[in-house]
Amino acid sequence: MNTLTKTLRGNIRQYGMIIALAAIVILFQITTDGILLKPLNVSNLVVQNAQILILAIGMVLVIVARHIDLSVGSVAAFVGAVGAILMTKHDVPWMLAVILCLALGALIGAWHGFWVAYVGIPAFIVTLASMLLFRGLTLVVLEGATVGGLPEGFKDIGNGFLPEVGPDTGLHNLTLALGVILVAVLVVLDYRKRLASRRYNFDVLPLPLFLIKQGVIGAVIIEFAYLLADARGLPIVGLILFVLIGVYTFIMKRTIFGRHVYAIGGNVEAATMSGVNTKRVDFLVMMNMGMLAGLAGLVTTARLTAANPKAGVNFELDAIAAAFIGGAAVTGGVGTVIGAIIGGLVMGVLNNGMSLQGVSIDWQQAIKGLVLLAAVAFDVWNKKRTAGGGGAGAEAPQTTAPPPDELVDKLDDVDIPEPAVPRP
Amino acid sequence: MPEPILQMRSITKRFPGVLALSDVDLVVARGAIHAICGENGAGKSTLMKVLSGVYPHGSYEGEIVFDGRTVEFSNIRHSEAAGIVIIHQELALIPELSIAENIFLGNENTRRGVIDWDATNHRAIELMARVGLSENPLTPVKHLGIGKQQLVEIAKALSKDVKLLILDEPTAALNDDDSAHLLDLLKGLQGKGITSIMISHKLNEIERVSDAITIIRDGRTIETLDVRAGDVDEDRIIRGMVGRDLDHRFPDHEPEIGDVLFELEDWRVSHPDDHSRVVIKDANLTVRSGEIVGIAGLMGAGRTELARSVFGRSYGSRHAGRLRLEGRELVLRSVHDAIRAGIAYVSEDRKGLGLNLLDDIKTSVTAAGLDRLRRGVAVDEREEVVVAESYRRSFNIKAPSVTVGVGKLSGGNQQKVVLSKWLYTEPRLLILDEPTRGIDVGAKFEIYGIIQALAKQGKGVLVISSELPELLGLCDRIYTLAEGVITHEFTREDASQEGLMRHMTADAR
Repeated sequence: MNTLTKTLRGNIRQYGMIIALAAIVILFQITTDGILLKPLNVSNLVVQNAQILILAIGMVLVIVARHIDLSVGSVAAFVGAVGAILMTKHDVPWMLAVILCLALGALIGAWHGFWVAYVGIPAFIVTLASMLLFRGLTLVVLEGATVGGLPEGFKDIGNGFLPEVGPDTGLHNLTLALGVILVAVLVVLDYRKRLASRRYNFDVLPLPLFLIKQGVIGAVIIEFAYLLADARGLPIVGLILFVLIGVYTFIMKRTIFGRHVYAIGGNVEAATMSGVNTKRVDFLVMMNMGMLAGLAGLVTTARLTAANPKAGVNFELDAIAAAFIGGAAVTGGVGTVIGAIIGGLVMGVLNNGMSLQGVSIDWQQAIKGLVLLAAVAFDVWNKKRTAGGGGAGAEAPQTTAPPPDELVDKLDDVDIPEPAVPRP
Repeated sequence: MPEPILQMRSITKRFPGVLALSDVDLVVARGAIHAICGENGAGKSTLMKVLSGVYPHGSYEGEIVFDGRTVEFSNIRHSEAAGIVIIHQELALIPELSIAENIFLGNENTRRGVIDWDATNHRAIELMARVGLSENPLTPVKHLGIGKQQLVEIAKALSKDVKLLILDEPTAALNDDDSAHLLDLLKGLQGKGITSIMISHKLNEIERVSDAITIIRDGRTIETLDVRAGDVDEDRIIRGMVGRDLDHRFPDHEPEIGDVLFELEDWRVSHPDDHSRVVIKDANLTVRSGEIVGIAGLMGAGRTELARSVFGRSYGSRHAGRLRLEGRELVLRSVHDAIRAGIAYVSEDRKGLGLNLLDDIKTSVTAAGLDRLRRGVAVDEREEVVVAESYRRSFNIKAPSVTVGVGKLSGGNQQKVVLSKWLYTEPRLLILDEPTRGIDVGAKFEIYGIIQALAKQGKGVLVISSELPELLGLCDRIYTLAEGVITHEFTREDASQEGLMRHMTADAR
């Protein structure tokens, strides 16, 4: 029991938002008489929030690199509008249009990156300008009107589902299979990490807790897959989202680029003096955000089956809120992709749950504002609390006396590691 | 003997990982000018922060009796209310505000909640007269020289009915005339019954004005000397400050010096913003493999600027001259170029330039050498752990595992992490800028051992240090730098503190 409380306390930051999400889900499940977790509603939850979650992934990179992007809603609207015009007025095949639109998003992001990284204008200003600029250009491109009549294949990006395969079981087979595969992959990855951690004497969860953790995660994913399979299967946009989560988690955790993003966010001077090309990293992070904003614009247009001058309004605020609720730090250097996704889900479930209960849009806004404040306040409080508790490691046997003899002896055989470090 | 105005008894102050003050006693006589001396990092400033409530009661052990009462300050306002005012080395004035506004900042003259400007300016003129400052009280402080700003600070202290004035290195930034004026002022205030505590490195000044001197070394009180009783001279103070003899502070080392590894020829660098200002003037220096070479220079001589200009032009503009590594001439345009060429630079500013304090040990160790861990597109995290773990063990980094955050380590252990980071880039030349700043004695000794072991592996080491004994104990050769010019080259045998100091202060123009 002691280890349990200790483990929970040590990881409260990591688990806090997951617990909050679970609490909100349970709360609304009760107050909506079980409608929240009805298969169709779960399916809707994914489809309705996909664009915000896509933006949150890009936004957390931007925030970790100590910037902000206020333009993503306007950029999404603009790219969506250009895509619709290309497909309807110029008969561009929809797949080509998608590629062109992603490139357009990346180009807009590169424009931001140029001003932020190479000219040195704060991202807040650059993207505030773009927020106005691209909202205006959206109206210009669409001539103030809604443009519909999009190809079916394109609309499936926002509204389609994975095809059914195999025998008729009353459930969506492929969705269930993907769920099982996902659980298996996660368990294997976590187990391998655990083995490696133990080899180097890192703190690991006690085995029973580890098994419980795997069990809970597995059960949640399988239940989620079951609910989707019971409705219409995994939405295509859900698949896109899962792939993005996987790819960006890998980029941030395992690639040199990801390390550099955290490095410049944590201490840009130290990163520079460690040989990091900080301007290039800033540029790429902003460019990536532009590309994802373009993707979010396409998804929104596809879901609404039309490009609309008012699309994407307030997207930037939802994406930023998701990143902060998910534990990103305003000062940079801290934040994870999965955290931003959880933050986005907290917002999404709140929206959905309150809508189901008939809470007006006005009150939904107000409550979401308070949730954002509460989440960040909790984080600040928690940080202060752990900082006051003294260092977790590093006991401090300091001497103020002259160095003892045994130290003198020991230093003679200090063995500086040679360049080639042996593998275990 | 009258009752002392201040008694600090058995003050002990710990920081995570460091014992900053251990059982320190300080007794200051009423109406005295009391000097506190000690090396950098001895604990002088920490003691004054304890006294003035910057470190609140409860964060330290021990007892403070001020003006006959035991006091427990919880912040600076609290100690100021009791009559203790501290003037820090970095002045706490608001440049855009006037002299009068600064004097009464936080202590404004008001009538029914509205600032009474007539009274403010009138009283300001009175206070300025007491410190010998004849200026218009409406002058913005930014228009005053540093010496006059110091006087404004003292006037501000006087406005608070100060009983005990603490000055941290008051004359460090002043010229001789301003210093003399300030010291006379302290004497004058003494005549009016104000007690002063003065932290200073300038021993001649201390000898001139102070009544008593307390020497602090390694966080302990060593002794208190009574100046008025005579027998106190600079040598006596230095002996107390340094204490240990040089032999014990450095591990034994037999240098194995090889061929010339690094050469700088007619190296010339201008200020990054002001291209007409030449910061490094035609410097020539060499480092052989296996050799530890020192650079001695006063603050502002251009030591760090020299090092950083070599390290991928991370300082300065209009770089000129030749830089050769193992005989090959190199042009290093970025830090990345420098790292790839085999140069490492350990900055004097560990927390600002050396580490990302959000990182753990393992990511810090590999931060500059990630290319070596690249497997396909990914970073090999297992190898990373193995690498970090091997440094943790061989450098005796005191942490239970390499997943501990570097922000939680003591200065000495942080420095070992930074050294590890640079060694992992496989440098041939290591430039160490103040490698032992802010590190306690035990860890210093270990770092010296590491530096010597690196030289033994055939690397060239260039050490920049303000502590002359450190250079004398560690280096095989020492260059002196003054105003951006290399003024002399000493071999180990003919180097001495006096000789170095003479060439560090040489008029290089």
